[in-house]
Amino acid sequence: MENRKVISALVENKPGVLARVAGMFSGRSFNIDSLNVAPTVNPEFSRMTIVTHGNEAIFEQIIKQLRKLINISKVQDLTRGDYVDRELVLIKVKATSIKRAEALRIVEIFRARIVDVAQDNLTIEVTGSQGKIEAILELLSSLGILEVIRTGTVAIPRGRKGLKAGDGGD
Amino acid sequence: MSHTRSSIILAERDGTKLKISGAEILLRSLKAEGVDTIFGYPGGAVIDIFDTLAREFSEDFNFVLVRHEQAAVHAADGYARATGRPGICLVTSGPGGTNTVTGLATAYMDSIPVIVFTGQVPTPLIGNDAFQEADIVGITRPCTKHNYLVARTEDLAPTIKEAFFIATTGRPGPILVDLPKDVVQNKAQFDYPDKIEIPTYKPNVKAHLPSVKRAAELIRQAERPVIYAGGGVITSGAHKQLYKFASLLNFPVTSTLMGLGCFPGTHPLFLGMLGMHGTFRANMAIDNADLLLAIGARFDDRVTGRVEEFARHAKIIHIDIDPTSIQKNIVVDVPIVCDAHDALSRLIEELEAKGRSQKADEKLKEWHSKLTVWRNQQRQRFDRTADIIKPQFVIEKLYELTKGNAIITTEVGQNQMWAAQYYLFDNPRTFLSSGGLGAMGYGFPAAIGAQVAYPDRIVIDIAGDGSIQMNIQELATVVQYKLPVKIAILNNGYLGMVRQWQERFYDRVYAHTDITVAPDFVKLAEAYGAVGLRATKSSEVENVIKDSLKTNGPVIIDFVVDREEGVYPMVPAGAPLKEMILV
Repeated sequence: MENRKVISALVENKPGVLARVAGMFSGRSFNIDSLNVAPTVNPEFSRMTIVTHGNEAIFEQIIKQLRKLINISKVQDLTRGDYVDRELVLIKVKATSIKRAEALRIVEIFRARIVDVAQDNLTIEVTGSQGKIEAILELLSSLGILEVIRTGTVAIPRGRKGLKAGDGGD
Repeated sequence: MSHTRSSIILAERDGTKLKISGAEILLRSLKAEGVDTIFGYPGGAVIDIFDTLAREFSEDFNFVLVRHEQAAVHAADGYARATGRPGICLVTSGPGGTNTVTGLATAYMDSIPVIVFTGQVPTPLIGNDAFQEADIVGITRPCTKHNYLVARTEDLAPTIKEAFFIATTGRPGPILVDLPKDVVQNKAQFDYPDKIEIPTYKPNVKAHLPSVKRAAELIRQAERPVIYAGGGVITSGAHKQLYKFASLLNFPVTSTLMGLGCFPGTHPLFLGMLGMHGTFRANMAIDNADLLLAIGARFDDRVTGRVEEFARHAKIIHIDIDPTSIQKNIVVDVPIVCDAHDALSRLIEELEAKGRSQKADEKLKEWHSKLTVWRNQQRQRFDRTADIIKPQFVIEKLYELTKGNAIITTEVGQNQMWAAQYYLFDNPRTFLSSGGLGAMGYGFPAAIGAQVAYPDRIVIDIAGDGSIQMNIQELATVVQYKLPVKIAILNNGYLGMVRQWQERFYDRVYAHTDITVAPDFVKLAEAYGAVGLRATKSSEVENVIKDSLKTNGPVIIDFVVDREEGVYPMVPAGAPLKEMILV
């Protein structure tokens, strides 16, 4: 996707914070490609990973509008530096006896796992960057994908740059 | 009945703390914040608060019972705009809360510190579709700066402290605090915090010095400068700095609707308002400027016209406390994120230390002659000799007869624009108008708020016959509290601004803008116990205004004006500023 941006936001772990973030995006017609939220080591805060796209001006507004929300502590544009991102995907594919071997081969190449087997389908668990996920989905599509469930991206900066409450993450 | 305050003081002296009801905590917190006036309307979910208010705090607060909750918020907003202090509202759950939405959205768009307390059904019932339940925190999330549902009585005092802090700092804005009935009824110890620390909210930003220096350098070299001042100058109390700054440099000043009064309207350096209904010279100045200094303004579409062509020859310096306002609509050369007061003080220091070059000042003289030419080119925009009342004539007469000292509120539409064009505002906080949201029905309740704050000043709502009917029920409020608000209705039997667009851009198909079926406003005023006056000829205008000003009580003046008069100049929506329709 062009101009894909990954934002990491440290937010207070309080009711309504997700609604504030989601409402800000929808109210201002910004895109959310994926949004993931869970508590940090400090249970008073949660970390949100938001994947979005848009031109630089829109993206600047997104970052500023996020910072303006009262419950948001830090906002970081991960795409400006080096970062690791991962997504977990569960894929249910058709796997009749003829196709099963091919499915298993793909699973092995991508270091994915089979988490459920049925008479005529398999459920595959795969974790990886966006590129890897797209690649396996493309290969599996020839077998016939029945269903895909994705967690959305989670991401963390490489090296020492963190995003703890109170440090200069923004 | 809960504990009296003397028993609490005794208990405090003993080193023990009595528990008091949430209702009492709320009212004691408001006292601690220096609140003296509350606008509101009772209901089931807030009955305990009203009971405590009447029994124990009737001496502490001036409570104004409005006749519709929307008016309570607009009145609190008018109070806040007129005084600079936060306006307070207290209403019930469900419809009480939903009726505050327009008022909150108005205050949010114009950055006004208003705090609305809403009742809520008891916590065990929340989410059960209980009687008069509404998810008001969910509903008002996008039209408040922040909002709260108070879950425990112990949380009340710190939440109120936060609400006041957030409402009044940074870019101010409205806050809603939702109070479930059991939270208000239950008891807790009362400790009002002296200070509050919100780790995720740091509103005080100091100007970035290198940016100030860059701005000062551009200011030194500018040959065709214009200061474009907005409501932020008033909010930050920077009008004196602006005056000093503009006089020091001899720079012309234009202002937004929200900025009117931030620079004296009668001053020779003042160009008038800019934008869609701005003056010819202000818009021509923007179009030809080589430096634009935007202070506490946000490049609204009604100001810029076609953005690509706005101030196309100018370098732009933008001072605003809200980073989201910067680079949002317009790309600027020097952004300075900070309060207008701080930024102007620093710029004055810089420019006093090192002034402008003689060459730049020579060019500035030429610029001033150009501005004078534009001033003189501007056509006389209405016929002062007509027998029929021209609405602009009414505003001019109001200005003349109040010597420019009234607090003017407006409704929205033609009345608002004529008021902005023809009443000259020399002082901040004297022009109160719904700028961003453009909420019809704002002016009358806002006038109530201003009049409650300043009982001895002349407060006039300049209204249209459409807008006034949106909160006409507040006549009962002004009569009850003997508030001498004057309502000047420019009655043209039309929703005039929409009609004007239909005339210009929609082939004169006047779709549903004729509202000649209306009450007799004189009789209506009388029915409520107020005074009603009417003028139908321009020769009567002066006398009815004088009569209204002599009347020690609320007055409606029904000015039957020229039905087809339009607001000019006018820049069609989306056109560049220089493409003004002049007549």
